[in-house]
Formats: sequence, structure tokens, C-alpha cells
Amino acid sequence: MPTPTRSAVRSLARLWPWVRPVRLRLAAATVLAAAASVLALLMPLVLKGIADGPVAHRDPAGVWLGGGLLLALGVAEAAIFGVRRRLVARPLAAIEAGMRQEFFGHVQRLPVAAHERWPSGQLLSRCTTDLQLLHGFLAVALPFLVVNAVTLVVGSALLLAQQWLLGLLLLAPVPVLLPLCALLETRYAAAARQAQDQVGDVTTTVQESILGIRVITGLGRRSDQARRFRQLAGRLRDTELGKARLLATVSVLLSVLPDLALAAVLMVGVTKVADGTVSAGTLLAVVAIAGVLKPSVDSTAGLLALSNAAAGAADRYLEVMGTPAVDEVPAGPVARRGRGPAGLVFDRVRFRYPGSPRILDEFSLRIEPGESVALVGATGSGKSTVAALVPRLYEPAAGRIRLDGTDIATMSRDELRGLVAVAFQEPTLFSAGIADNVLMGSRSTGAAELDRALRIAQADEFVRALPEGAGTRLGEQGMTLSGGQRQRLALARAVAARPRLMVLDDPLSALDIDTEALIEAALRRVLATTTALIVAHRPSTALLADRVALLSGGRIAATGTHHELLRTNREYAELMTPVTAR
Amino acid sequence: MTAAALLRSLLRPHARRIGLAVAVLLVRQAAQQAGPLLVAYAFDRAVPALRAHHTGPLIAVAAGYLLCAAISGAAQFRFVTASARVGQDVLADLRDRIFVHAQRLDLAFHDQHASGRLTSRATSDVEALRELLDGSIEQIVTAGLSTVVITATLLYLDWPLGAAALAVIVPLFATMRSFRRRSAPVYTHRSDALAMLASRAAETFAGIRAVQTLCQERANDVAFAGLNAKHERFNGAAGLEMARYVTASRLVANIAVAALVLAGAAQVAAGDVELGIFAAVVLNLRRLYDEPLRLGGVLDAYHSASASLRAIAAILTRQPTVAEPAHPARLPAGQLGRPVCFEGVSFGYHPGTTVLPGLDLAIPAGQIVALVGATGSGKSTLVKLLARLYDPTGGRILLDGVDLRALPTDDLHRTVALMPQEAFLFTATVADNIALGHPGVSRSDIEAAATAVGAHRFIAALPNGYDTHLSGRLSAGQRQLIALSRVLIANPSVMILDEATSSLDILTERQIHHAMRTALVGRTALIIAHRPSTIDIADRVLVMSGGQIIEDTTPRRWARHTVH
Repeated sequence: MPTPTRSAVRSLARLWPWVRPVRLRLAAATVLAAAASVLALLMPLVLKGIADGPVAHRDPAGVWLGGGLLLALGVAEAAIFGVRRRLVARPLAAIEAGMRQEFFGHVQRLPVAAHERWPSGQLLSRCTTDLQLLHGFLAVALPFLVVNAVTLVVGSALLLAQQWLLGLLLLAPVPVLLPLCALLETRYAAAARQAQDQVGDVTTTVQESILGIRVITGLGRRSDQARRFRQLAGRLRDTELGKARLLATVSVLLSVLPDLALAAVLMVGVTKVADGTVSAGTLLAVVAIAGVLKPSVDSTAGLLALSNAAAGAADRYLEVMGTPAVDEVPAGPVARRGRGPAGLVFDRVRFRYPGSPRILDEFSLRIEPGESVALVGATGSGKSTVAALVPRLYEPAAGRIRLDGTDIATMSRDELRGLVAVAFQEPTLFSAGIADNVLMGSRSTGAAELDRALRIAQADEFVRALPEGAGTRLGEQGMTLSGGQRQRLALARAVAARPRLMVLDDPLSALDIDTEALIEAALRRVLATTTALIVAHRPSTALLADRVALLSGGRIAATGTHHELLRTNREYAELMTPVTAR
Repeated sequence: MTAAALLRSLLRPHARRIGLAVAVLLVRQAAQQAGPLLVAYAFDRAVPALRAHHTGPLIAVAAGYLLCAAISGAAQFRFVTASARVGQDVLADLRDRIFVHAQRLDLAFHDQHASGRLTSRATSDVEALRELLDGSIEQIVTAGLSTVVITATLLYLDWPLGAAALAVIVPLFATMRSFRRRSAPVYTHRSDALAMLASRAAETFAGIRAVQTLCQERANDVAFAGLNAKHERFNGAAGLEMARYVTASRLVANIAVAALVLAGAAQVAAGDVELGIFAAVVLNLRRLYDEPLRLGGVLDAYHSASASLRAIAAILTRQPTVAEPAHPARLPAGQLGRPVCFEGVSFGYHPGTTVLPGLDLAIPAGQIVALVGATGSGKSTLVKLLARLYDPTGGRILLDGVDLRALPTDDLHRTVALMPQEAFLFTATVADNIALGHPGVSRSDIEAAATAVGAHRFIAALPNGYDTHLSGRLSAGQRQLIALSRVLIANPSVMILDEATSSLDILTERQIHHAMRTALVGRTALIIAHRPSTIDIADRVLVMSGGQIIEDTTPRRWARHTVH
């Protein structure tokens, strides 16, 4: 998506709230850096003093004095260098860490819809490389840009004071350089932003090709995937080379134009020295000052490039931070904290994903406390959407969802999610022990609760067979377990939460018939005392529920028991009649 | 492989271009060094000449100055672009090596390593190398050059003073070494801490739905804060190490300058050395140490990069257990379906555990086999071995008479296609996701495959149809349909479906079975299934338990057997 290129300064200025706490240290460090460069300028003066004074007058005592002064200056300079870095080392690391922590916290609280906008690799690169870049900007580019600016201003003043005509000549390139550099820097900033986004794309590709390794390997498509990756990486390389060309142009401008000006100064200066209007010493001083200023001018190109990259990183960071997190209702009148199973009502709920046709239209369904309802419908009919609306992963466009009579939109999400347990179709396990994963939503941490949940989900046996039992750590996404095993752990998690409402999204899809039957038997006992919404594809799952609701065309088309609907509803019968004869 | 060895192997192919960049840099330096000489010439010759009404020397100075500016500008442009090209090519090469290697590594590796950590190696750690490459050629060359020039000048001017000045390089070098020794572990810890942090963030972002419904935000905040604090500590420590080094080295250099000036001045005062020579020595002294001190930045970047390179090298040197054959064999040409034979195959995921104790199985070409059995009975393991995601610990598997281990893996996987349980979709369009099975395939073939599995209707209803970018919003059933189209379009000889239709409603599943009957004609197929409906399309049913085949029967008999 095309983003308007904002001025780098404005982007970076938006970092102020994070920089503010260490502004004094940062300012002190910058002043020290400037002081160090002044000291460096003083040393030649001392040398000149030694040469002109004691040495010329053969005065050994004076030599000692000059040497001592030089030593003092040198020690002071070294100390300033060290103190400057020491002042900011920890605070800058703290800024980076603080920004990262806020980012992580914010991203966690972004609505799921916002997550769908950024592939996780993009989020990851903003959380790591972009923040490292901002750290580098604050540590190096910012102080030295200030030091350079100070040096240049002071130097220019000195130049004009020495001889105004020669000074003006030397400064003549400035009005040309400034707009030219500004133009190139704008283009550079755009390229830098593009490169950062491409880094995000590369990150996404790397991450997905590792997550999807089974698909890629399974289809023998590693070389194609590598080609795709090379294409992206090649595009990134081209952008980077474009950046380098822009940078090269800027640095050439910054080195050649001042040289031309210096040539002009020499021409005019020599003429004026020859006809006696300017002293040789003055011309020497002008040229010497120009020499001192040159490194400052030269290094500016690189510093500006770094600042532009940092501005891009700041934009990318703030883009995410500026996306509103889920709005949390103030802890107003807390819903009646009843006990036991809760009732759930969908009241004319409408929902659509951005850019897609409406998926739920006037969806209404009432589940009595303690009742379990199976939601049946064709693939893609919106069953999982209904399940995701209950814990408020998405918000309905219209209509209400009430839990025990309270509109869930008026409850805090944490409170709501404390009452509801969801087992998703695709079970997500985290890098933690099995016990931690299962007891994640539970108030209990006891072994008894864990055993009960594992037993009901028929997971106790395979967990016991693992090297460290329930203490076994799972890798990212719990990949070491089979799909069926992961599904059972996710189910155990929902059971262990002892929720007032249980939402099970096709909880048994990856299981074999025998295991499924065992779980169903155990689950039936749990469901007897729990309100539950169960997304079902199979008659056996539908049979777990007291009642079945058929979702069709975005609303409930029929309700009844499994057997009633099989008899009375043709669509249901088609959906739920197993293939039998050939 | 050490970090330095990896760096060398990355730089070696670019030796000529690096040489060129260095040469261009020398030209630039020479042009720039000419400036002061021209100024001296202007004072000594041009001014008197002009007084005598000769403009020649002045014009010569101006022309010389312009020439130098032009040469140095051109050299500057060449150098920046050439060094960027080397840097970018090296980075691209490194990213590519990591990517390709991560793809080659066996699943056992991926099972154990979090994807976020690997991703961080291919991104953040590569970035660390970039910081090293970005400025260091210039810094190293200018530092080396000016050290040589200034040392030579010093020795020429006054050799005892020059030699003393040169001797100071020894303590300077010592501070550098101490910095290196102290900072290396800090950088390594920092790089590892960042990888851990990235892994945690990646996992959290990927599982955001579960995170939010389980109210894990605060718990994650705390866990992340711990990792973040660790990284912050090492990040700050790295900055402090740098501060220490800068202070120490500056101190050594400045004390040396003061001492040498003192010694020199004393000699001048005693009349042993001329004042002019002393002035020249003194002016050069400071510059002698300035440039090498600037190398501290390079050293900093190098340490940070070498910690990253070490971590990358550790991945790159890891050999996949599923290795490419040294002498690749070819499959006999010809038929679509191919026979498969397991001969005494045994396997366990971890040493000491056994999933398959010793399996013999022959599947003739074109047969459709359904595998049934309880979870953990070894069905998935059997098909993973056939797809060579792992190698058996004993025995062998033959595809059309050829040992799987003798086939190039990409060839093998195009012949034997596995559709795994997890219908993983990539951030790309629907069409791209399907075409993954057979890149370059035409749009009409894509649509035909989707139609065959009954996915066309819902895909056509998406906002941009086949060009819709996927963003995790499809239902599990819809994802399975796309994954199924993907396998179908790959047109494999042997097709393995591992619970491929578990999340579909019965109606859709029936459509797929219908399509399968045509799609599987002539192919060998292994289907892991739990439902009688799926088993129905098979020619043969194998019942597994404890890693062994306990029953070899037909669907009809199996159905009769399980009904009661």
C-alpha cells in the first residue's frame, strides 16, 4: 500500500514520548560530544603555544607546563568520550526495551482483524530490527548531527569573521546543496521505507516457509520456494542498491561542491594576497577552517541516511502503535457473577469480514443455562465465526450477544473470557510445559484438575508416555505432537477451565473413531452440567448436544434434535448422512 | 565452521570487486591528499608569480584543484556503489544459504527449533553482518593507509621520535584485544537473547486468537518482560564495554601524544631537533592514532556480527538426517501409479523409542489403500517415512524398486505427494497457494483442480476470487479444500492424504470422494482416515496397531466388521 512520504524529521519527532525520560542524559551526552570536538580544536592551539613560546625561547620549564596542559586536555578528552557513552549506554538500551515491551503488549491487544492485516513476519521485524535501528539513530546519528551542525555554524561564523568575501565564497554551495540534498534525502527516505517493508516480506517468507515446511517438502517444492525467496531477496537487494546510488550521489555532492568552492577561494584569495588586500595568514586561516569543517560535511551524508532509515522504522513502529487496541470498557457495573452454567443468547447478530459479503445476517439463537447446542452447517457457512464472536475476537456489526442476560459488549473482555472457554478448530499450544498449556485458562494449578482434564480428553495415556510426562515442554506450535494429540490437549484446556460456557469448534475432527467415542462418553458427563456451543461436522459430535441448530444463509434455519432434523430437514439430512453405498 | 571462516567464504567470491573498491578508495585518498600540497604550492609559488604578473601557476593550482575534486568525486561514487554491491551480494548470499539450508534440514530439526528463532537468524543476525559491511571497508582502508603514510613521514622526519610513536601501537593493540576478549561473550549473549525474544513474539503473534481468549496477555507481558530485560542488560553492557574501550584507548593515545610532544619539545629546546621538524612530527602524531582509534567502531560491528555469524554457522553446519543421495538414481520411466514396498522397516522418533518395530508391506501400482487404527498406532509415521520426511532406522522402502534414499529429494516429493494434517496456507493469493503444487500451471488448470474438490464455489465468492489474498480468515474446511487442490494439481504418482478431509462437512466430503474416484484413477494412494465414508473409496484397508499391520482386508469386509 502506498504511504505518503512524511518528512523524516516529523516521523522521528513522534518518538519524543519515549525519548523524553532520558532527554537530559541525551542532551548532556550531546553537549559532551561537542565539548570533545572543541577540546580537539584546542590541542593544536596548545601545540602552537608550545612551539611559539617555550621552545622558541629555549625555556625547558615552559615545555613542562605545555606538556602538562596537553596531558590534561588529553585525559579530559578521553574521560569525556567514556562518560558520554557511559551516560547513554543503559538508558538507550532501556528505551529500545521499553518500546519493544509496549509494542509487544499493544500487538497482543490488537483486535484479531488488525492482525489479519499484517503477516506475523512484518510484526516481528518491527519488533526487532526496526527498534535496533532506532537505537542506533539515538546513539550515533542524532548526537553527531547536532555536533556537526554546531561545528558548521561556529565554523561559518569564524569564516565570515576572518574575511567576509572569502567566507561567503566558501559558503556559496550551501544554498545549492541544501535543496538538492533535501530532494535526494526525500527519495532516499522513500527507498529506505520500501527496503524495510521488503525486509518484512522476506521475514514473512522465511517464517512461513519454516512453518509450512511440511507442505513444501511434502510436495517437493523446495526449489520453487527458494526461487520465490530469491526473487524477494533480489528485489530487496535492488532497492538497497538504489539506496546506495542515492547515497553515493549525495556524498559526491557533499564532497565535490565544497571542493569547487575551495578552489574558488584559493583563486580569489591568492589574487587578493598578491595585491595585498588580504594577508597570507588570513587566507591560511580560512583554508584551515575549511579543512576542519570538511569531515563534518562528509559524515553528514551517512548520518542523514541513517536518520532516514530510522524515520522509516519509526513510521513502521508507530503505524502499529497507532492502530487502536480493543477498546476496553471501564470496569462499570460488573455483571452478575452467578455460579453454575450461564445462558447464551444471540439476538439478530450481523457480521461481515471487511471486503467480504455478509456472513451472519439476523443470526438469533438461544442456549439455556446447562443446555448444549450443536451448530451444524456447510463448510464456510460461518460456524467458526459464531464461535469467535462469543469471546469477542470479533465484534458484531449489529445485534447483541447476551451471557446470562448481560450484553457481552458491556463486559470487560477479561471478565467475559474468564467465563467462557474456547477450543478452536486449529489447536494452538505454546512453548511451555504440557501442564502449563492445559491449565492456562484455569484458576486451579492442582495436579487433580490436570489429571481430570487429561483423562476426559483421553490425553492422559500419551502424556504419561512422554519423556517427562505433563512436564514435557512443547516446541513452537507444539509441533512434536500429532494433530490429534494437540487437539486433545486443547480440549483438555477448555475442560480444565471449568467455564460457565464452553465453546468447542469441531473439537474431535482429527481423532480416530475409537478415541472419539471415548472422549464423547467422557465429555457427555461434563456437558451435563455445562452450557456449551459445539460446532459439529459429524453426527456423532452433533449427538453430544441436547439440541442441534442448522446454520444456513447466515441465520438459523432449523433447530431440533439430531434425529428430528434428519427426518424433517432436507439440507440437514444431506449434510449429515454419511456416504454408505458405492 | 567458525564465524571468521563463514565470513571468509562469503567474501571470497567477491575478492576482485573488493580489490577494485580498495583501489578506487586509494585513488580517492590520493586525490584528497593532493589538496594541501596544492594549497602550499599556491602560497609558495602562485602568490609571488602573480605579483610578477604571471597567472600561470594560479591557473595551474585552480585546474589541479578542480581535477582532484573531479577524481575524488568520481572515485567516491564508484566506491560507494561498488562496496554496496559487494555488501548486498554477500547479504543475499547469506540469507539464501540460511533459507536453503533451513529447507533442507529434516523435520526432526524443525520439530525441535522454534521458527521464530530461525527467522531471527535469517533476519536480525544477517542485519548485524550488514552493519559490519556497510562502513568497514572504507574505515579499514583509510586507517591502514593513513597509518602507513604517517608512520613513514614520522620515521623520515625524526626516526627516534617516529619509532617511539610507533611503539605506542603496542599498548593500543592491547586495549583492542582486551575489548575483544571482554565483549565477545556479551555480544553472543545479546544475539541469543534477541533470538529468544523474537521466538516468543513470533509465537504470540501467530497464536493471537488463543492468547486473547485465554487472557494470556498479562502473563505474556511478564514473560516477555523477562526476556526483554535480559536483552536490555546485554545491550546496555555492550554499550558500556564500548565506552570502556574508547576511554582506555583514547587515554593511551593522548598520554602518548603528550609524552612525545614533551620529549620532542625538550630536544628542540636543547637544540637537537629543528623547530619545523618538531611541528611536523607533532601535527602528524595525533592523526597517527586517530584513524586506528576509529577502528573501534569497526571492531564493535565485527564482534556483534561474529556473534551472529557463529549462530548462523551453527545452523549451516548442521547436517540434515535426511540426506541427498551421493549417487542419485532415477525412477524407471513410464506409468502414473508406482508400486511401493516396505522391507523390514523400523523407526523411532527418539533414540530408544520404537514406533514401527519392523514392517513389511507391498502396495501394487495403482492401488488405493486406507490406513486405519487408533491415534498413535503408527499410521502417520508410516506415511511420513514413505514421503521421506524421516529415514527409517532399519530396513528400506522401495518406490518402483528404487530405495527412497537413492532418489533426489525434490524428485521424490514430486512423485510422492503428501498432504499433511495441517492445511498450511501461505500469505499469497488463493491461486498462488494452489499453484504451489505445480508452479507455472495455467489459471484454467487451477480452477479445474479447485472445481474437482468442490472448492470453486466458495473461492469464486471471495472478494477477488482466485486473486484474493489469504489472511487467515478461511474456515478450516476451506483451507483443507485449497490444500487438497494443491496436491491434486501436483499430479503425483503416489498420493498420501493424512486426515485430509477431517474438517469438512459430510456433504463436501462426499463431493470430494466423488472427485477422488476420478482423480485417483491409476495412482497409488495411501489414505489415513477414521470415517467409514473415506475408507469407502479404497481398494484395500490396513488396520494398524502398535506399529504393525494387524489386519489386511477390503473396505466391505472391514465395514461389516465394524458395524456391529
